[in-house]
Amino acid sequence: MSQSPDPVIELRDVVKSFGPQRVLDGLSLAVPRGKCLAIMGPSGTGKSVILRHVIGLIRADSGLVAVEGRDVAKLSRKDLSALRKRMGFLFQEGALINWLSVGENVALPLRENTDLGDAEIRERVQAKLELVHIPDAWEKMPSQISGGMKKRVGLARALITDPEIVLYDEPNAGLDPEISQSINDLLRELHERLRVTALLVEHRVRCIRTVADEVVFIEKGRVQIQLPPHEFFHSDNPRLVQFLGTDPD
Amino acid sequence: MSLLSPVTSIAEGIGYQLELLGSVAARLHHVPGRARLVADQVYQSALQTVHVVLVVGLFIGMIVALQTGIELARIGQQDQIGTIVSLSMAREMGPFITATILAATAGSSMAAEIGTMSVSDELAALEVLSVDRVKLLVLPRVVALAIAAPLLTILCDTIGILGGGFVAQSQLNVSYQLYLDSAVEALRDPARILPLPKDVYGGLFKAFVFGVIVALIGCAAGLRAQGGALGVGNATRSAVRDAIIAIIITNYFITWALYQS
Repeated sequence: MSQSPDPVIELRDVVKSFGPQRVLDGLSLAVPRGKCLAIMGPSGTGKSVILRHVIGLIRADSGLVAVEGRDVAKLSRKDLSALRKRMGFLFQEGALINWLSVGENVALPLRENTDLGDAEIRERVQAKLELVHIPDAWEKMPSQISGGMKKRVGLARALITDPEIVLYDEPNAGLDPEISQSINDLLRELHERLRVTALLVEHRVRCIRTVADEVVFIEKGRVQIQLPPHEFFHSDNPRLVQFLGTDPD
Repeated sequence: MSLLSPVTSIAEGIGYQLELLGSVAARLHHVPGRARLVADQVYQSALQTVHVVLVVGLFIGMIVALQTGIELARIGQQDQIGTIVSLSMAREMGPFITATILAATAGSSMAAEIGTMSVSDELAALEVLSVDRVKLLVLPRVVALAIAAPLLTILCDTIGILGGGFVAQSQLNVSYQLYLDSAVEALRDPARILPLPKDVYGGLFKAFVFGVIVALIGCAAGLRAQGGALGVGNATRSAVRDAIIAIIITNYFITWALYQS
């Protein structure tokens, strides 16, 4: 996957430190169009930091972070905003705006960034809520819904602009196995139906088996192993065997 | 840590607040489209603070009347108590007390709300969604307090003057009618620019500026919050502290500009 001639997402020799701690140390990876790359690794190895680089929330100390061939760090505010409108980001806890209802959370990007009328916005939001299997949730407030439902709302919001690229930050975190599986099936369904390019940070083996086309294992700030899921989870690499032996799935 | 780091930190904070003020000014034409958010904020900041302003304003008026009345009575000038209470309330006490109450209630609340959004990734989510957070979060709050502070100040002035009258009659043997006549007469001095009593509009102008300051400092503290619950606590504390300091300093310069000449 990393040898794709035209990667949609590419990180090359990325270095990032927070204070004295070097989190990414020459990390390189690439995601071809329409594929889903999963990132695994111990806690604190910078998996979420990678996603934040790709969406332009963090700048690398050195190295290249490119989306569709454009260096994210060199984009103007306007161009970065335009790029973000083509991307979706599912935050670990959903990051829903607490004082807006579920429907208004999903509608927010359309209300703020488009000239669409209320009826059109309502129609689009309702379609996304149905896509994530919560058609009756519009009026609920974030404080009234479960963690699994928040993830679904976050996903609906991430998809409301029909993005070509989606970044998922631990979509299974804090969920019970049943809800996790329903989220995984949903991600797979979206991936197959919409053919989005995706970068997935996840610890759960089942999620990666269901959703990803390829898996990278990162440690010490670099990609250590990159394999398709069926090979990754049957690898006899001692470090990988040790790491996966502790997986909750 | 460098000896200059506290100075640098204060300068950065002021710079950020001024930049935020510029961003709000550049987006003022969006206010009509944000009318509902502004109304929500006026309700939260003003209506939910009315009872505090009324109680504090009443007792401030009574204290001013009592303190100055006792001294005036010694020289037989207690009839002037209405003049002193009304001028004190309109020029200084009304706007200052109201702004301090707003800093402790609305300003701290703004810092806590936006700070919590910051540490729970909600602000990052807005950025990722290309939603303008100044337009969504800061503009309605600044406009709301710019409206609410003068309205609350009118209430504070009125209740304070009435409270002073109660003390004048009950403690200083000045009739209520005499007290009110002198209080109203004192506020009749017309301004050169506007056909309104200078002491009234000067106080309301102060209240308007203080409202903007409280909202701006509260929002700026929230936007810069980081580090979980501790960061939100720090943001809230600094919002109240910085707002009160800024109100006092600004008050001096506005007073100088209005009354020095």
